[in-house]
Amino acid sequence: MAAIADSRPRRRRNLTRIIAPLVVLVWLLVAVFGPAISPYDPAGIQDADLFEGFSAKFLLGTDFFGRDMLSRIIAGTRLTLGIAIVATSLAVTTGLMLGLAASAIGGFFDSALSRFLDALISIPSKMFGLVVVTAVGSSVPVLILTLAIIYVPGCYRIVRSVAVNVAALDFVVAARARGEGTFYIMTREILPNMVSPVLADFGLRFIYVVLLLSSLSFLGLGVQPPQADWGSLVRENISGLAYGAPAVVLPALAIASLTIAVNLSIDSFFSGRVREGVH
Amino acid sequence: MPPFQRYLAWLGKLMTGDAGLSLVNGQPVAALIGSRLGNSLILAGVTALVAVPLALTLGITSAVWRGSLYDRVVGASTVMVVSVPEFLVASAAVLIFAVHLQWVPALSQLGRINGLFDAIRVFALPVMTLTFVVVAQMARMTRAALVDVLSSSYVEMARLKGASQMRIVLWHALPNAIGPIANAIAFSLSFLLGGVIIVETIFNYPGIAKLMVDGVSTRDLPLVQACAMLFCAAYLVLVTAADVAAILANPRLRQG
Repeated sequence: MAAIADSRPRRRRNLTRIIAPLVVLVWLLVAVFGPAISPYDPAGIQDADLFEGFSAKFLLGTDFFGRDMLSRIIAGTRLTLGIAIVATSLAVTTGLMLGLAASAIGGFFDSALSRFLDALISIPSKMFGLVVVTAVGSSVPVLILTLAIIYVPGCYRIVRSVAVNVAALDFVVAARARGEGTFYIMTREILPNMVSPVLADFGLRFIYVVLLLSSLSFLGLGVQPPQADWGSLVRENISGLAYGAPAVVLPALAIASLTIAVNLSIDSFFSGRVREGVH
Repeated sequence: MPPFQRYLAWLGKLMTGDAGLSLVNGQPVAALIGSRLGNSLILAGVTALVAVPLALTLGITSAVWRGSLYDRVVGASTVMVVSVPEFLVASAAVLIFAVHLQWVPALSQLGRINGLFDAIRVFALPVMTLTFVVVAQMARMTRAALVDVLSSSYVEMARLKGASQMRIVLWHALPNAIGPIANAIAFSLSFLLGGVIIVETIFNYPGIAKLMVDGVSTRDLPLVQACAMLFCAAYLVLVTAADVAAILANPRLRQG
């Protein structure tokens, strides 16, 4: 991506630099202030036709029940972003701690943990989600935990490889020679030097989590009614696809705008970083 | 029986092809899967046939003309497809080709196929959606692999000796990029497994992914377990193939 970004005219590069984080910020604000800006009750059936188009009364039309689509998308934002942020934070913190510990302790602990997490990575993520939902059912806490577990190994691998590289640098060797303890070296010498790869990884994991969560909800196995995240909204209204209803397309576009904006933001903040894709 | 013994018993029976009975309709799971497996394999096979040449063409051409408008357009579109859920691609395809243009039916009805033209109409949307998802990933990885080789010093040397761009890419760079590219192909094909779950559901295609999703909704554990085993096995085969391709092409990976 770096080569592409460099050849781009400067003005356009700055434009993406501003717009992409702005889109992310807007969605975050919508998630926080959702109930305050929602024009109608997201669950309330309005005096309207099913799958109504855009109108002054219902800005984004209505869904298969005649509910206001804008209010439903706003309510879904909170669920999608909330679950995804909590799950990603959980995955990244766990991966970060395990990765740091593995690189600092090394030896048997490192290889045992690495092999175990490698085994976890060899299960396709959607499969893992499907099996967990069959076994224990679907609820928000279960979803958060499942998503977090799925993305711990990928994060662990990146953190470990960065930490191993940093640990070989002179200032770490110097700290060790000074007689500093392992914990001090981990938190004061190594950790501050891997902030940017970890943050970039957070963004990337966040995208995967949003996509997987939406896919599970789309299959009817994620967030359960009466609650609805963006993926559930697409599922609910999929029967309107034949009429070209905005109720199907809009929530899907919401997901796309969020993931693409996060992707572009990472690119502009951390350009040049090599990305590793694990879906 | 304690869980551990039950697990071993299940595993032992699975090895002999007996995956137990479905909790929902009491039929053998193996028979349920057997009746659907062919459909899924056809879908995956046709997609691979379309996707691999397309992705290679896109990846190689954008690596050759890197920095050009073409490269930027391909790059931007693949980023978009990769960061968008599969069901958005599928819905967009249905909207455009089934609802607006009315070229193809929105649902896959395999029972009503008469002749080649019908087959194309039925397979067009599912294959197109899957192809989109796989091609984006594959083209990106192919481009990255080739760009890597193109920036090496022996390619610089060939350029200084006045070899044409065509000759440099096809004669000097491509043979050394075959390993990473084969790796990219196998790895990207594993994305088929995730994509097929969404695609079979949205088009109501009678394959094993649809079977599994239905099994999850009815919480038919033996069925889901067997399907998951099948998918994981396929995934491992593809990922291992990717590793083997990388090792075959790069002797430096053979140690250790």
